[in-house]
Amino acid sequence: MATVEEKKMTQTEQESIVKVENLKKYFPIKGGILKRTIGHVKAVDGVTFDIKQGETLGIVGESGSGKSTLGRVILKLLDSTEGNIFFEDQDITKLNNKKMRPIRRDMQIVFQDPFASLNTKMSIEQLIEEPLLIQTDLSKDERKEKVNSLLKVVGLRPSDRLKYPHEFSGGQRQRISIARALAINPKFVIADEAVSALDVSIQAQVLNLMADLQEEFGLTYLFISHDLSVVKHISDRVGVMYLGRLVEIAPKKAIYEEPLHPYTQALLSSIPDTDVDREREVIKLEGDLPSPSNPPSGCAFRTRCPMAHERCAVERPELIHKGDGHYVACHLYDDEA
Amino acid sequence: MDTETVKTPNNSPEYTEDKSSDEVGKSPYQLALRRFMKNKLAVIGVVTLVIIILASLAAPLLTDHDPTDSEMLMIERPPSSEHILGTDGSGRDNWARLLYGSRISLIVGFSAMFFTLIIGVILGSISGYYGGKIDGLIMRFTDLVLALPFLVLALTIMSLVENITITLFVTIIALVSWPNLTRIIRGSFLSLREQEFVLGARSIGASDMRIIFRHMIPNAIGPIVVNATLMVAIMIIAESGLSFIGMGIPQPQPTWGNMLTEAMSVRILREHWYTWIPPGLCILVTVLAINFIGDGLRDAFDPKSNQR
Repeated sequence: MATVEEKKMTQTEQESIVKVENLKKYFPIKGGILKRTIGHVKAVDGVTFDIKQGETLGIVGESGSGKSTLGRVILKLLDSTEGNIFFEDQDITKLNNKKMRPIRRDMQIVFQDPFASLNTKMSIEQLIEEPLLIQTDLSKDERKEKVNSLLKVVGLRPSDRLKYPHEFSGGQRQRISIARALAINPKFVIADEAVSALDVSIQAQVLNLMADLQEEFGLTYLFISHDLSVVKHISDRVGVMYLGRLVEIAPKKAIYEEPLHPYTQALLSSIPDTDVDREREVIKLEGDLPSPSNPPSGCAFRTRCPMAHERCAVERPELIHKGDGHYVACHLYDDEA
Repeated sequence: MDTETVKTPNNSPEYTEDKSSDEVGKSPYQLALRRFMKNKLAVIGVVTLVIIILASLAAPLLTDHDPTDSEMLMIERPPSSEHILGTDGSGRDNWARLLYGSRISLIVGFSAMFFTLIIGVILGSISGYYGGKIDGLIMRFTDLVLALPFLVLALTIMSLVENITITLFVTIIALVSWPNLTRIIRGSFLSLREQEFVLGARSIGASDMRIIFRHMIPNAIGPIVVNATLMVAIMIIAESGLSFIGMGIPQPQPTWGNMLTEAMSVRILREHWYTWIPPGLCILVTVLAINFIGDGLRDAFDPKSNQR
C-alpha cells in the first residue's frame, strides 16, 4: 500500500482526469392520459467533484442514493439533465454517440451483476475481442494474441477463450468483464458495485486484481459501492452520497477517522467491528431514505439528522473546504468558516 | 440468462467431470439444439414436416396426372387404381391435387411468415431500441392495423383485385398479420435495452446496428423463432380458410383449402369422403407438426418454462 501512496505523492496532485460540475440527472415521472411530466425523480441532484489521475475515488451511499446513476451519467450511458462533465479537460456533456466513440476508448465500466453484464450468446473470445474490433485496427491474429494476454492478466486460462459465459462462476465472469473493460487500455474505469454480487473471498481476489491492474496500467478508478469496508480497502479518497447529493468528500483517512457530516458518522458507526472491547457508539438513523422525487427542502438529510436545526430546512448546504481536501456539505460547519 | 440456471455448476447436481468434458465450449445455440432433440413430440413434428415437404417436392414422381387437367368423362369417380383418391367435381385427380396443393400451402405459409418476420424485426427492433416518439408512432400504427378485422380486410382487398396470384396473396395476408410479431420483438427489445450487457456494449462504443444485430436479436431469438414458427401454421390455416370460401388462390390452381370447397355440398360431404378428408387431414397434420416444433423450440430456448 505504501508504494501506491508514494507514487501518488510524486504525481502532480492537481491533474484531474474527470471533473463533474453541478451534475444533475432527473428522471421524468409521466402521468395522466396525455403522459405529461408530473414530476421528477432527482437521482443525481447537483454533484461536483473531480478525480485525480491515477487515484481511486470511492463513492458510498445507501441504495437509491444515485451512485449508479452518477456512474452511468459520467460515461454518458445516460444523458445528464444539467451540469458539465469534463474528461481530460474536454467537455463531453453535449457530445453525441459518434463523437463519444473515440473518447470511450479511454473510459470503461464494470457492472454489478456478472450474470447480466455479459452477452450469454457470445463466446469469451468474442466478448473480449469486441472492444478491440470496434476501437482498434488490429488484425485478427493481433486481436487473438491480445485476448490471450488479457485472459492471462485477469487470471484465466487461454483455453477458456472458446467457452461461453454460462460455463463460468460469478467471480470468473467478473474477471471476464474486467478483461473486456481493459482490452482497449482505458485510462479511467468505473466499477459500479463491481464486487457486490460476489462472495467475500472472491471479493478480495477481484479487489486485489483491480489494485494490481491499477498499478500496472496506471488506471484511475471511480469505485461505486454500498460496502464501506470494500471502499475503505481500495480507495484513496471517498465521497459519501445521500439522496443524489454529495454530502462529504475527503481522503480516505479523514473520512474514516474523523467524519464530519452527521450522515457519514451514522454510516460509519454501522460498520460491524471485530474488536469487542472497544467502546462504540452506534448512531441509529430513524426513518427511511426520503423519496428522491420529493426531497426535503434545504438539506436532504435534515429529516433524519439528529443535529438538524431551523436553518437546515431553509437553506441547502454547499460543499465547503475544511482543509486537507476534506469537503463537507453541512450547516454545522459553515458558520465558522 | 436462460441457460444459466441449468448449467451453473453450483446448482446442477449432475455437474461432474465427465460432463464438463462434453459440455465445454458448447454455445447456447448448440445447447438449445440438444434440448430440442430430446423433445420427442418436436422431433416427430420435424420428421412429419420433412416428409410433407419432400412429398410436395417429389409430386411429379408420385403421380402422372396433371392437377389442373379436367377429364369431363371422369367426374366424381371413387378411388381406383388409376385415380388413388378418386376425382373431383371437375374430373381432376384428387391425389395429384393433394400433392401439388401442398406446394401452395407450404409456400404461402413459409413466405408469409418470412415476410411478416422481416417487417416485424425491422419495425419491432427500431421501436423497442429507440423508444420515445418513434416507438409511439410505430406502436400506434401497429394498433391501427391490429384493430382492422383480418378477414374483412383480406376479403375487401381480394375482391378488389381481379387476378389473385400467390405473390399477391402472400403480400396481402402478410400485410395484415405483421403486428403481432412486431409487438413481441418490441417487447423483448424493451426489456433487453436496459440490461447491463447492452449498456456495456454502448460503453465500448458499439454502433446502434451492432448492438441490435449482435447483442439484442441473439438474445431475443427464442421468442422470435418460436413465434415465426407458429406464424407458419397460422398462415397455412388462413390460406385454407380463405381458399375454402373461394377468396383465396383461385381454381384451377390446387390448394388444400380450395380442395375443401368441394365439401360445401352436403352430398359430397356425406358420400365422397375421399375428396375432402385427405386435404383436411393434411392441413391438420401439417399445422399440428408445426405447432409441436414451435413448442419444442420454446422449451429449447427457455428451459425454465419446461421445469414444472
